[in-house]
Amino acid sequence: MSADKPGRPKALIEVRGLVKHFPLKGKKADDGRAAVVRAVDGIDFTVYERETLGVVGESGCGKSTAARLLMRLLDPTAGEIIFDGMAVGSRDLPLKEYRRQVQMVFQDSYSSLNPRMTIEDSIAFGPRVHGVAARESVERARDLLSRVGLEPRRFAERYPHELSGGQRQRVNIARALALQPRVVILDESTSALDKSVEAQVLNLLLDLKEAFGLTYVFIGHDLHVVRYVSDRVMVMYLGQVAELGPGEALFGQPLHPYTAALTASMPTMDPDNRTEEAPLAGDPPNPINPPAGCRFHTRCAAAEPACAKQVPKLGSKVTPHAVACLMYEPGSGHSRAPAVQEAA
Amino acid sequence: MNVAVDATKIPAPIFERSPGYWSSVFRRFRRDPVALFAAAVVGVLVLMALFGPWLTPADPYKSSMLARLKPIGTEGYPLGTDELGRDMLSRLMIGARLSLFMGITPVICAFIIGSSLGILAGYAGGAINTVIMRTIDVFYAFPSVLLAIALSGALGAGITNALLSLTIVFVPPIARVAESVTTQVRSRDFVEAARASGADAFTIVRVHVLGNVLGPIFVYSTSLIAVSMILASGLSFLGLGVKPPEPEWGLMLNTLRTAIYTQPWVAALPGAMIFITSISFNTLSDGLRSAMDVKQ
Repeated sequence: MSADKPGRPKALIEVRGLVKHFPLKGKKADDGRAAVVRAVDGIDFTVYERETLGVVGESGCGKSTAARLLMRLLDPTAGEIIFDGMAVGSRDLPLKEYRRQVQMVFQDSYSSLNPRMTIEDSIAFGPRVHGVAARESVERARDLLSRVGLEPRRFAERYPHELSGGQRQRVNIARALALQPRVVILDESTSALDKSVEAQVLNLLLDLKEAFGLTYVFIGHDLHVVRYVSDRVMVMYLGQVAELGPGEALFGQPLHPYTAALTASMPTMDPDNRTEEAPLAGDPPNPINPPAGCRFHTRCAAAEPACAKQVPKLGSKVTPHAVACLMYEPGSGHSRAPAVQEAA
Repeated sequence: MNVAVDATKIPAPIFERSPGYWSSVFRRFRRDPVALFAAAVVGVLVLMALFGPWLTPADPYKSSMLARLKPIGTEGYPLGTDELGRDMLSRLMIGARLSLFMGITPVICAFIIGSSLGILAGYAGGAINTVIMRTIDVFYAFPSVLLAIALSGALGAGITNALLSLTIVFVPPIARVAESVTTQVRSRDFVEAARASGADAFTIVRVHVLGNVLGPIFVYSTSLIAVSMILASGLSFLGLGVKPPEPEWGLMLNTLRTAIYTQPWVAALPGAMIFITSISFNTLSDGLRSAMDVKQ
């Protein structure tokens, strides 16, 4: 493979039209068809090599489902994932090989470790599955333990319940790295930790990314944390992508009203500049019967009649900053939309 | 004297190797006096069953028309004699063999079959789960005593058929417990993580599921040993299990029931043995359960 030009990083994971609907037993939707929860409803995005893609959104917006789809712990209803130019699950890239390249760290550090196994055995399990000799797997596990800041001599033979939450999450990170993956999906991996411990683990993650040349998909709900670690950020709302762009641009000048509301809700460090009222009222609508048109129009301050009819497309391929909102879609019918430009 | 310490010379801090799960279970079990006592009783019963033939003071089969239904404490017959003048102490000791055998064997067989079915149903989920679990539910339509009697009656009297019918009776409850524990373990993130590492279902069950589900299934199964003994005794009582003159507690209870007015204490002895054994097994399984219940 030829060397990539700087500024044009290589696309490592391409997600095309990914959909996951969970059927609801015995229930009918309003249109009479079997009811489904539209957890992820058609998302497209690209993860570039060695970047950190942050994913944010409210609870139930489909972040975790997207992570499990990306890991193929769930089978997508539709859509495809292309890893390094090869379709996942095809003959070129069987699932087992894909799973060696892409690993995941879960939120619940306790539940993600087998309570009956020493942490060393838990870490060595992955390499063993992929045919690495027992002795070498254990050596790799001990090496990784020291890389994540746990002295192997003290910790290797301990059981998960003997460790603190932060230590366990370090073990989970080591376990994910044991297969020498290129991508690590961090699904709220630091959200359950104390702030001070979270900061340590975040810095560890950044160090490891540097050391191993990793690519991260970082899912979180703490916008400060996501902003701190991410190169680019994807904002999800009700199973769809609302906005996707470079972290600074997205948090600095949010385009989508939803992103604007999210960033406005971030607690500020400046006491003179406090947020006095919640910028976003109510809960997101039910993903079984999402609103027609733009899914956000029921809560959007800038909503107009057009928003209830027309579905916004995730637009603008020119700049790296893409947004799905009629206000930015030429000729959409929204009063603030730019005029249609005639093709030259 | 050089005060600086060479870092490489500092001895490695000595940490105890963390106790494994089972050794910590054993440690907690040892602190539970009631469970320990029950374990001791079970131990004595098992020893009695194993070495009975060498320990009995008299021949358990030798009858004597002159020494029928002697009371407890008669000279030469410390626990009296039965309706044919056979030594009760010897018969009770030898009876432990068949009674324990009939109590434990069906549970072991049912444990193997039931946990396999339950773990398969629990891990596979979906249609496989529905087929297995609904089939098992059919057996729940009958009370266990009735089911055992009906099966034994249909298969014919005899030890083998009694064991077989008891096994069939115990498969459904064990499978159900196995299924529910497995379903619970399967939803934990470490199973997801194992899937994410590319392991196949068989490896995940072997490495990650078995260790977490066998304990609870085992505990539940030990509590069934008492039930099995009582059911086996009941089958013998009805003439569907062990045949005379073999000493078995249930059968002895049956043959001695005619003497309930003349020698009530002697007639009650086999029942007392069944009671002691079943309560010991139950207490033992309760103790095991609380020892294995790790609060984290």
